[in-house]
Amino acid sequence: MNYNWNWGIFWELSPDASGTYMETLFAGLRWTLATGVTAWIFALLLGAAIGTMRTTPVKWMVMLGNAYVELFRNIPLLVQMFLWFFVVPELLPKAWGTWIKQMPNASFWTAVVALSFFTSARVAEQVRAGIQSLPRGQLMAGTALGLTLPQTYRYVLLPMAFRIILPPLTSEFLNVIKNSAVALAIGLMELTARARSMQEFSFQVFEAFTAATLMYLLVNTVVVLGMRWVERWVAVPGYVGKNSGS
Amino acid sequence: MFENFDFNTISRSWEVLIFQGLAFTLQVTLLAMVGGIIFGTLLAMMRLSSIKAISWIAGTYVNFLRSIPLVLVIFWFFFLVPYIGAWLIGSPTPIKVGAFASALVTFIMFEACYYCEIMRAGIQSIPRGQVNAGSALGLNYWQVMGNVVLPQAFRNMIPVLLTQTIVLFQDVSLVYIISLPDFVTLASKIAQRDGRLIEMYLFVAVVYFVICLSLSMLVKRLQSRVAIVR
Repeated sequence: MNYNWNWGIFWELSPDASGTYMETLFAGLRWTLATGVTAWIFALLLGAAIGTMRTTPVKWMVMLGNAYVELFRNIPLLVQMFLWFFVVPELLPKAWGTWIKQMPNASFWTAVVALSFFTSARVAEQVRAGIQSLPRGQLMAGTALGLTLPQTYRYVLLPMAFRIILPPLTSEFLNVIKNSAVALAIGLMELTARARSMQEFSFQVFEAFTAATLMYLLVNTVVVLGMRWVERWVAVPGYVGKNSGS
Repeated sequence: MFENFDFNTISRSWEVLIFQGLAFTLQVTLLAMVGGIIFGTLLAMMRLSSIKAISWIAGTYVNFLRSIPLVLVIFWFFFLVPYIGAWLIGSPTPIKVGAFASALVTFIMFEACYYCEIMRAGIQSIPRGQVNAGSALGLNYWQVMGNVVLPQAFRNMIPVLLTQTIVLFQDVSLVYIISLPDFVTLASKIAQRDGRLIEMYLFVAVVYFVICLSLSMLVKRLQSRVAIVR
Protein backbone atom coordinates (compact mmCIF):
# COMPACT_ATOMS: atom_id res chain seq x y z
CA MET A 1 0.00 0.00 0.00
CA ASN A 2 1.32 3.36 -1.03
CA TYR A 3 0.97 5.27 2.21
CA ASN A 4 3.55 7.01 4.39
CA TRP A 5 3.19 5.66 7.89
CA ASN A 6 4.38 7.93 10.65
CA TRP A 7 3.51 6.68 14.11
CA GLY A 8 5.64 9.41 15.66
CA ILE A 9 2.97 11.89 14.63
CA PHE A 10 1.26 11.58 18.02
CA TRP A 11 4.17 13.29 19.74
CA GLU A 12 4.24 16.22 17.37
CA LEU A 13 2.54 19.47 18.33
CA SER A 14 -0.93 19.99 16.92
CA PRO A 15 -1.57 23.33 15.16
CA ASP A 16 -4.38 24.32 17.54
CA ALA A 17 -1.66 24.97 20.14
CA SER A 18 -3.21 22.75 22.78
CA GLY A 19 -0.30 20.32 23.01
CA THR A 20 0.68 17.17 21.15
CA TYR A 21 -1.75 15.27 18.95
CA MET A 22 -1.90 12.61 21.64
CA GLU A 23 -3.03 15.19 24.17
CA THR A 24 -5.76 16.53 21.88
CA LEU A 25 -7.02 12.99 21.32
CA PHE A 26 -7.18 12.38 25.06
CA ALA A 27 -9.00 15.68 25.49
CA GLY A 28 -11.48 14.35 22.92
CA LEU A 29 -11.83 11.12 24.85
CA ARG A 30 -12.68 13.14 27.96
CA TRP A 31 -15.44 14.98 26.05
CA THR A 32 -16.76 11.66 24.72
CA LEU A 33 -16.90 10.22 28.22
CA ALA A 34 -18.37 13.39 29.76
CA THR A 35 -21.11 13.50 27.11
CA GLY A 36 -21.83 9.78 27.26
CA VAL A 37 -21.92 9.48 31.04
CA THR A 38 -23.99 12.64 31.64
CA ALA A 39 -26.50 11.65 28.96
CA TRP A 40 -26.60 8.11 30.35
CA ILE A 41 -27.56 9.31 33.84
CA PHE A 42 -30.44 11.41 32.49
CA ALA A 43 -31.49 8.67 30.05
CA LEU A 44 -31.58 6.09 32.81
CA LEU A 45 -33.75 8.24 35.10
CA LEU A 46 -36.07 9.35 32.32
CA GLY A 47 -36.22 5.93 30.69
CA ALA A 48 -37.00 4.20 34.00
CA ALA A 49 -39.87 6.63 34.62
CA ILE A 50 -41.31 6.33 31.10
CA GLY A 51 -40.84 2.55 30.97
CA THR A 52 -42.61 2.12 34.31
CA MET A 53 -45.46 4.37 33.17
CA ARG A 54 -46.03 2.09 30.21
CA THR A 55 -46.71 -0.93 32.46
CA THR A 56 -49.13 0.75 34.86
CA PRO A 57 -52.87 0.08 34.63
CA VAL A 58 -53.42 3.83 34.08
CA LYS A 59 -54.44 4.22 30.45
CA TRP A 60 -53.32 7.80 29.76
CA MET A 61 -49.90 7.06 31.23
CA VAL A 62 -49.47 4.08 28.90
CA MET A 63 -50.48 6.17 25.89
CA LEU A 64 -48.20 9.05 26.87
CA GLY A 65 -45.30 6.64 27.37
CA ASN A 66 -45.91 4.93 24.04
CA ALA A 67 -46.10 8.26 22.20
CA TYR A 68 -42.85 9.37 23.85
CA VAL A 69 -41.02 6.23 22.79
CA GLU A 70 -42.33 6.35 19.21
CA LEU A 71 -41.40 10.03 18.89
CA PHE A 72 -37.78 9.60 19.92
CA ARG A 73 -37.24 6.27 18.19
CA ASN A 74 -38.51 7.22 14.76
CA ILE A 75 -36.35 10.28 14.06
CA PRO A 76 -32.62 9.79 13.31
CA LEU A 77 -30.32 10.93 16.10
CA LEU A 78 -28.55 13.36 13.76
CA VAL A 79 -31.85 15.08 12.91
CA GLN A 80 -32.76 15.19 16.61
CA MET A 81 -29.43 16.90 17.34
CA PHE A 82 -30.15 19.48 14.64
CA LEU A 83 -33.61 20.05 16.09
CA TRP A 84 -32.24 20.68 19.60
CA PHE A 85 -29.38 22.79 18.27
CA PHE A 86 -31.00 24.93 15.59
CA VAL A 87 -34.77 24.72 16.04
CA VAL A 88 -35.63 24.51 19.73
CA PRO A 89 -33.83 27.75 20.78
CA GLU A 90 -35.85 29.62 18.13
CA LEU A 91 -39.19 28.20 19.25
CA LEU A 92 -38.65 29.19 22.88
CA PRO A 93 -39.32 32.72 24.17
CA LYS A 94 -36.63 35.04 22.83
CA ALA A 95 -34.77 35.60 26.11
CA TRP A 96 -34.44 31.85 26.73
CA GLY A 97 -33.30 31.21 23.17
CA THR A 98 -30.57 33.86 23.46
CA TRP A 99 -29.49 32.43 26.80
CA ILE A 100 -29.18 28.94 25.29
CA LYS A 101 -27.25 30.18 22.28
CA GLN A 102 -24.81 32.15 24.44
CA MET A 103 -24.24 29.32 26.87
CA PRO A 104 -20.61 28.17 27.11
CA ASN A 105 -20.20 24.66 25.68
CA ALA A 106 -23.57 24.94 23.92
CA SER A 107 -22.80 21.97 21.68
CA PHE A 108 -21.93 19.81 24.69
CA TRP A 109 -25.21 20.54 26.46
CA THR A 110 -27.21 20.16 23.25
CA ALA A 111 -25.58 16.80 22.63
CA VAL A 112 -26.35 15.73 26.21
CA VAL A 113 -30.01 16.72 25.86
CA ALA A 114 -30.42 15.05 22.46
CA LEU A 115 -28.65 11.85 23.56
CA SER A 116 -30.60 11.74 26.83
CA PHE A 117 -33.98 11.84 25.13
CA PHE A 118 -32.92 9.52 22.31
CA THR A 119 -31.46 6.93 24.70
CA SER A 120 -34.24 7.28 27.28
CA ALA A 121 -36.76 5.99 24.72
CA ARG A 122 -34.63 2.88 24.24
CA VAL A 123 -34.12 2.44 27.99
CA ALA A 124 -37.87 2.82 28.46
CA GLU A 125 -38.43 -0.03 26.02
CA GLN A 126 -36.02 -2.25 28.00
CA VAL A 127 -37.57 -1.32 31.35
CA ARG A 128 -41.06 -2.10 30.05
CA ALA A 129 -39.89 -5.47 28.70
CA GLY A 130 -38.17 -6.20 32.03
CA ILE A 131 -41.24 -5.46 34.12
CA GLN A 132 -43.51 -7.40 31.77
CA SER A 133 -41.20 -10.41 31.90
CA LEU A 134 -41.96 -10.80 35.61
CA PRO A 135 -44.75 -13.21 36.51
CA ARG A 136 -48.09 -11.42 36.87
CA GLY A 137 -48.47 -13.02 40.27
CA GLN A 138 -45.82 -10.71 41.74
CA LEU A 139 -47.96 -7.61 41.21
CA MET A 140 -51.01 -9.42 42.55
CA ALA A 141 -49.14 -10.74 45.57
CA GLY A 142 -47.81 -7.28 46.30
CA THR A 143 -51.21 -5.64 46.23
CA ALA A 144 -52.77 -8.56 48.10
CA LEU A 145 -50.27 -7.96 50.91
CA GLY A 146 -51.68 -4.46 51.21
CA LEU A 147 -48.93 -2.57 49.37
CA THR A 148 -50.08 0.35 47.26
CA LEU A 149 -49.29 0.28 43.54
CA PRO A 150 -46.24 2.61 43.90
CA GLN A 151 -45.00 0.48 46.81
CA THR A 152 -45.37 -2.71 44.79
CA TYR A 153 -43.30 -1.16 42.04
CA ARG A 154 -40.70 0.20 44.44
CA TYR A 155 -40.18 -2.90 46.58
CA VAL A 156 -41.25 -5.83 44.38
CA LEU A 157 -41.23 -5.24 40.63
CA LEU A 158 -38.51 -2.68 39.88
CA PRO A 159 -35.68 -4.27 41.92
CA MET A 160 -36.18 -7.54 40.03
CA ALA A 161 -36.82 -5.94 36.63
CA PHE A 162 -33.63 -3.88 36.77
CA ARG A 163 -31.56 -6.94 37.59
CA ILE A 164 -33.05 -8.77 34.62
CA ILE A 165 -32.36 -5.97 32.15
CA LEU A 166 -28.79 -5.25 33.24
CA PRO A 167 -27.22 -6.94 30.16
CA PRO A 168 -29.30 -4.96 27.60
CA LEU A 169 -28.71 -1.82 29.66
CA THR A 170 -24.98 -2.45 29.35
CA SER A 171 -25.24 -2.37 25.58
CA GLU A 172 -27.38 0.78 25.75
CA PHE A 173 -24.63 2.39 27.84
CA LEU A 174 -22.09 1.40 25.19
CA ASN A 175 -24.45 2.80 22.55
CA VAL A 176 -24.75 6.17 24.23
CA ILE A 177 -20.96 6.49 24.36
CA LYS A 178 -20.67 5.52 20.69
CA ASN A 179 -23.57 7.75 19.66
CA SER A 180 -21.89 10.77 21.22
CA ALA A 181 -19.73 10.75 18.06
CA VAL A 182 -22.77 12.01 16.12
CA ALA A 183 -22.39 15.27 18.06
CA LEU A 184 -19.42 16.21 15.87
CA ALA A 185 -22.07 17.38 13.39
CA ILE A 186 -23.04 20.16 15.82
CA GLY A 187 -19.42 21.02 16.60
CA LEU A 188 -18.65 19.00 19.72
CA MET A 189 -14.92 18.24 19.72
CA GLU A 190 -15.17 14.68 20.99
CA LEU A 191 -12.89 11.80 20.13
CA THR A 192 -13.98 11.13 16.53
CA ALA A 193 -14.01 14.85 15.72
CA ARG A 194 -10.47 15.21 17.13
CA ALA A 195 -9.28 12.24 15.07
CA ARG A 196 -10.81 13.85 11.98
CA SER A 197 -9.17 17.21 12.62
CA MET A 198 -5.86 15.50 13.35
CA GLN A 199 -6.16 13.81 9.96
CA GLU A 200 -6.93 17.12 8.29
CA PHE A 201 -3.90 18.85 9.81
CA SER A 202 -1.35 16.05 9.59
CA PHE A 203 -2.64 13.92 6.66
CA GLN A 204 -1.88 10.83 8.79
CA VAL A 205 -5.39 9.42 8.25
CA PHE A 206 -4.89 5.88 9.42
CA GLU A 207 -2.77 6.67 12.49
CA ALA A 208 -5.42 9.12 13.71
CA PHE A 209 -8.33 6.74 13.22
CA THR A 210 -6.39 3.79 14.64
CA ALA A 211 -5.74 5.72 17.83
CA ALA A 212 -9.41 6.73 18.13
CA THR A 213 -10.52 3.15 17.43
CA LEU A 214 -8.21 1.77 20.12
CA MET A 215 -9.55 4.31 22.62
CA TYR A 216 -13.15 3.29 21.88
CA LEU A 217 -12.21 -0.38 22.27
CA LEU A 218 -10.57 0.39 25.60
CA VAL A 219 -13.64 2.27 26.88
CA ASN A 220 -15.83 -0.61 25.71
CA THR A 221 -13.76 -3.18 27.58
CA VAL A 222 -13.78 -1.13 30.77
CA VAL A 223 -17.57 -0.65 30.61
CA VAL A 224 -18.24 -4.33 29.90
CA LEU A 225 -15.99 -5.49 32.76
CA GLY A 226 -17.47 -2.88 35.10
CA MET A 227 -21.03 -3.86 34.30
CA ARG A 228 -20.19 -7.54 34.78
CA TRP A 229 -18.95 -6.67 38.23
CA VAL A 230 -22.17 -4.74 38.92
CA GLU A 231 -24.21 -7.74 37.74
CA ARG A 232 -22.44 -10.02 40.20
CA TRP A 233 -22.67 -7.44 42.95
CA VAL A 234 -26.45 -6.97 42.73
CA ALA A 235 -27.31 -10.58 41.90
CA VAL A 236 -29.91 -12.17 44.15
CA PRO A 237 -28.67 -15.68 45.08
CA GLY A 238 -30.76 -18.32 43.35
CA TYR A 239 -32.52 -15.87 41.06
CA VAL A 240 -31.95 -14.46 37.56
CA GLY A 241 -30.28 -17.50 36.18
CA LYS A 242 -26.72 -17.60 34.96
CA ASN A 243 -25.11 -14.65 36.65
CA SER A 244 -26.05 -15.46 40.21
CA GLY A 245 -24.01 -18.65 40.34
CA SER A 246 -20.59 -17.11 40.83
CA MET B 1 -45.09 31.16 17.33
CA PHE B 2 -45.34 30.27 13.64
CA GLU B 3 -45.89 33.83 12.37
CA ASN B 4 -42.28 34.27 11.24
CA PHE B 5 -42.22 30.96 9.46
CA ASP B 6 -41.85 30.66 5.74
CA PHE B 7 -42.90 27.25 4.58
CA ASN B 8 -42.48 28.36 0.95
CA THR B 9 -38.90 27.22 1.19
CA ILE B 10 -40.25 23.69 1.37
CA SER B 11 -42.85 24.04 -1.37
CA ARG B 12 -40.08 25.39 -3.59
CA SER B 13 -37.62 22.59 -2.91
CA TRP B 14 -39.54 19.50 -1.89
CA GLU B 15 -39.16 17.88 -5.30
CA VAL B 16 -35.36 18.00 -5.10
CA LEU B 17 -35.45 16.84 -1.49
CA ILE B 18 -37.70 13.87 -2.12
CA PHE B 19 -36.70 12.74 -5.61
CA GLN B 20 -32.96 13.28 -5.13
CA GLY B 21 -32.24 13.33 -1.40
CA LEU B 22 -34.73 10.83 -0.09
CA ALA B 23 -34.31 8.69 -3.21
CA PHE B 24 -30.55 8.52 -2.52
CA THR B 25 -31.20 7.57 1.10
CA LEU B 26 -33.69 4.86 0.10
CA GLN B 27 -31.38 3.51 -2.57
CA VAL B 28 -28.49 3.16 -0.12
CA THR B 29 -30.84 1.65 2.46
CA LEU B 30 -32.25 -1.00 0.13
CA LEU B 31 -28.94 -2.00 -1.45
CA ALA B 32 -27.21 -2.06 1.94
CA MET B 33 -30.07 -4.15 3.32
CA VAL B 34 -29.71 -6.77 0.58
CA GLY B 35 -25.91 -6.79 0.77
CA GLY B 36 -25.93 -6.64 4.57
CA ILE B 37 -28.32 -9.56 4.95
CA ILE B 38 -26.34 -11.73 2.52
CA PHE B 39 -22.98 -10.90 4.13
CA GLY B 40 -24.54 -11.04 7.59
CA THR B 41 -25.93 -14.52 6.96
CA LEU B 42 -22.50 -15.69 5.78
CA LEU B 43 -20.97 -14.20 8.94
CA ALA B 44 -23.58 -15.95 11.07
CA MET B 45 -22.80 -19.28 9.40
CA MET B 46 -19.10 -18.64 10.03
CA ARG B 47 -19.74 -17.77 13.68
CA LEU B 48 -21.63 -21.02 14.15
CA SER B 49 -18.98 -23.04 12.34
CA SER B 50 -17.40 -25.93 14.19
CA ILE B 51 -14.00 -24.86 12.87
CA LYS B 52 -12.60 -22.65 15.65
CA ALA B 53 -10.54 -20.37 13.40
CA ILE B 54 -13.49 -19.49 11.15
CA SER B 55 -15.85 -18.71 14.02
CA TRP B 56 -13.12 -16.69 15.72
CA ILE B 57 -12.55 -14.53 12.62
CA ALA B 58 -16.25 -13.81 12.18
CA GLY B 59 -16.75 -13.18 15.91
CA THR B 60 -13.85 -10.77 16.09
CA TYR B 61 -15.01 -8.88 13.02
CA VAL B 62 -18.55 -8.52 14.35
CA ASN B 63 -17.54 -7.54 17.88
CA PHE B 64 -14.93 -5.13 16.60
CA LEU B 65 -17.26 -3.19 14.30
CA ARG B 66 -20.02 -3.22 16.90
CA SER B 67 -17.83 -1.54 19.48
CA ILE B 68 -16.83 1.55 17.50
CA PRO B 69 -19.18 4.39 16.48
CA LEU B 70 -20.73 4.28 13.01
CA VAL B 71 -19.42 7.80 12.42
CA LEU B 72 -15.88 6.52 12.85
CA VAL B 73 -16.60 3.51 10.62
CA ILE B 74 -17.85 5.86 7.91
CA PHE B 75 -14.60 7.85 8.12
CA TRP B 76 -12.53 4.67 8.08
CA PHE B 77 -14.13 3.35 4.93
CA PHE B 78 -14.24 6.75 3.27
CA PHE B 79 -10.43 6.88 3.45
CA LEU B 80 -9.71 3.18 3.30
CA VAL B 81 -11.81 2.08 0.30
CA PRO B 82 -9.64 3.96 -2.27
CA TYR B 83 -6.55 2.17 -0.91
CA ILE B 84 -8.25 -1.24 -0.86
CA GLY B 85 -9.43 -0.65 -4.41
CA ALA B 86 -5.91 0.26 -5.47
CA TRP B 87 -4.57 -2.88 -3.80
CA LEU B 88 -7.20 -5.05 -5.50
CA ILE B 89 -6.47 -3.84 -9.02
CA GLY B 90 -2.76 -3.32 -8.35
CA SER B 91 -2.79 0.41 -8.96
CA PRO B 92 0.11 2.38 -7.43
CA THR B 93 -2.07 5.31 -6.33
CA PRO B 94 -5.35 5.25 -4.39
CA ILE B 95 -8.21 4.90 -6.87
CA LYS B 96 -11.12 7.31 -6.99
CA VAL B 97 -14.25 5.79 -5.52
CA GLY B 98 -17.60 7.46 -5.97
CA ALA B 99 -19.38 8.77 -2.91
CA PHE B 100 -22.24 6.36 -3.49
CA ALA B 101 -20.03 3.27 -3.71
CA SER B 102 -18.10 4.29 -0.61
CA ALA B 103 -21.27 4.78 1.42
CA LEU B 104 -22.69 1.51 0.17
CA VAL B 105 -19.58 -0.50 1.11
CA THR B 106 -19.58 1.12 4.56
CA PHE B 107 -23.18 0.29 5.33
CA ILE B 108 -22.99 -3.26 3.97
CA MET B 109 -19.90 -4.01 6.06
CA PHE B 110 -21.28 -2.30 9.17
CA GLU B 111 -24.90 -3.44 9.13
CA ALA B 112 -23.85 -7.00 8.27
CA CYS B 113 -22.63 -7.23 11.89
CA TYR B 114 -26.10 -6.49 13.19
CA TYR B 115 -27.85 -8.70 10.62
CA CYS B 116 -25.33 -11.42 11.56
CA GLU B 117 -26.43 -11.42 15.19
CA ILE B 118 -30.08 -11.62 14.09
CA MET B 119 -29.46 -14.47 11.65
CA ARG B 120 -27.38 -16.30 14.26
CA ALA B 121 -30.33 -16.23 16.63
CA GLY B 122 -32.55 -17.33 13.73
CA ILE B 123 -30.34 -20.29 12.83
CA GLN B 124 -30.08 -21.31 16.47
CA SER B 125 -33.88 -21.21 16.78
CA ILE B 126 -34.14 -24.14 14.34
CA PRO B 127 -34.15 -27.44 16.26
CA ARG B 128 -30.87 -29.32 15.98
CA GLY B 129 -32.75 -32.45 14.97
CA GLN B 130 -33.60 -30.93 11.60
CA VAL B 131 -29.90 -30.56 10.78
CA ASN B 132 -29.27 -34.13 11.86
CA ALA B 133 -32.26 -35.35 9.85
CA GLY B 134 -30.95 -33.49 6.81
CA SER B 135 -27.49 -35.03 7.09
CA ALA B 136 -29.05 -38.46 7.69
CA LEU B 137 -30.86 -38.04 4.38
CA GLY B 138 -27.49 -37.52 2.74
CA LEU B 139 -27.62 -33.74 2.26
CA ASN B 140 -24.31 -31.92 2.56
CA TYR B 141 -23.74 -28.79 4.69
CA TRP B 142 -24.78 -26.32 1.96
CA GLN B 143 -27.88 -28.33 1.08
CA VAL B 144 -28.95 -28.54 4.74
CA MET B 145 -28.38 -24.82 5.19
CA GLY B 146 -29.90 -23.74 1.89
CA ASN B 147 -32.93 -26.00 1.85
CA VAL B 148 -33.74 -26.67 5.48
CA VAL B 149 -32.29 -24.23 8.00
CA LEU B 150 -31.96 -20.84 6.30
CA PRO B 151 -35.46 -20.59 4.77
CA GLN B 152 -37.01 -21.15 8.19
CA ALA B 153 -34.48 -19.02 10.06
CA PHE B 154 -35.02 -16.22 7.60
CA ARG B 155 -38.78 -16.44 7.88
CA ASN B 156 -38.67 -16.44 11.68
CA MET B 157 -36.44 -13.41 11.68
CA ILE B 158 -38.20 -11.28 9.02
CA PRO B 159 -39.73 -8.86 11.59
CA VAL B 160 -36.41 -8.37 13.39
CA LEU B 161 -34.53 -7.99 10.10
CA LEU B 162 -37.00 -5.31 9.00
CA THR B 163 -36.73 -3.50 12.33
CA GLN B 164 -32.96 -3.44 11.84
CA THR B 165 -33.56 -2.07 8.35
CA ILE B 166 -35.50 0.84 9.84
CA VAL B 167 -32.47 1.51 12.03
CA LEU B 168 -30.30 1.33 8.90
CA PHE B 169 -32.60 3.80 7.12
CA GLN B 170 -32.06 6.24 10.00
CA ASP B 171 -28.32 5.52 10.11
CA VAL B 172 -27.89 6.46 6.46
CA SER B 173 -28.51 10.09 7.53
CA LEU B 174 -24.98 10.00 8.99
CA VAL B 175 -23.45 10.26 5.50
CA TYR B 176 -24.04 13.95 6.19
CA ILE B 177 -20.59 14.01 7.83
CA ILE B 178 -18.91 13.14 4.53
CA SER B 179 -21.32 15.41 2.60
CA LEU B 180 -22.96 12.78 0.42
CA PRO B 181 -26.16 14.09 -1.18
CA ASP B 182 -28.65 12.26 1.03
CA PHE B 183 -31.93 13.67 2.37
CA VAL B 184 -30.42 15.40 5.43
CA THR B 185 -27.42 16.82 3.56
CA LEU B 186 -29.55 18.30 0.77
CA ALA B 187 -32.04 19.68 3.29
CA SER B 188 -29.32 21.36 5.30
CA LYS B 189 -27.76 22.84 2.15
CA ILE B 190 -31.08 24.31 1.04
CA ALA B 191 -31.81 25.43 4.59
CA GLN B 192 -28.55 27.34 4.73
CA ARG B 193 -29.01 28.81 1.24
CA ASP B 194 -32.48 30.10 2.10
CA GLY B 195 -31.70 30.89 5.74
CA ARG B 196 -34.63 28.71 6.77
CA LEU B 197 -33.13 26.16 9.16
CA ILE B 198 -36.18 25.78 11.38
CA GLU B 199 -38.74 25.01 8.70
CA MET B 200 -36.39 22.67 6.88
CA TYR B 201 -35.28 20.60 9.87
CA LEU B 202 -38.86 20.31 11.11
CA PHE B 203 -39.84 19.08 7.64
CA VAL B 204 -37.02 16.52 7.64
CA ALA B 205 -37.99 15.28 11.10
CA VAL B 206 -41.65 14.92 10.11
CA VAL B 207 -40.79 12.98 6.94
CA TYR B 208 -38.51 10.58 8.84
CA PHE B 209 -41.06 10.19 11.62
CA VAL B 210 -43.92 9.37 9.24
CA ILE B 211 -41.87 6.86 7.22
CA CYS B 212 -40.31 5.10 10.22
CA LEU B 213 -43.53 4.98 12.23
CA SER B 214 -45.56 3.51 9.36
CA LEU B 215 -42.83 0.98 8.62
CA SER B 216 -42.62 -0.11 12.25
CA MET B 217 -46.42 -0.44 12.43
CA LEU B 218 -46.26 -2.55 9.27
CA VAL B 219 -43.61 -4.75 10.87
CA LYS B 220 -45.82 -5.26 13.93
CA ARG B 221 -48.69 -6.46 11.74
CA LEU B 222 -46.35 -8.67 9.76
CA GLN B 223 -45.02 -10.22 12.95
CA SER B 224 -48.30 -11.95 13.70
CA ARG B 225 -48.69 -13.14 10.11
CA VAL B 226 -45.31 -14.73 9.41
CA ALA B 227 -45.21 -16.78 12.60
CA ILE B 228 -44.81 -20.43 11.61
CA VAL B 229 -47.45 -22.59 13.17
CA ARG B 230 -45.82 -25.67 14.64
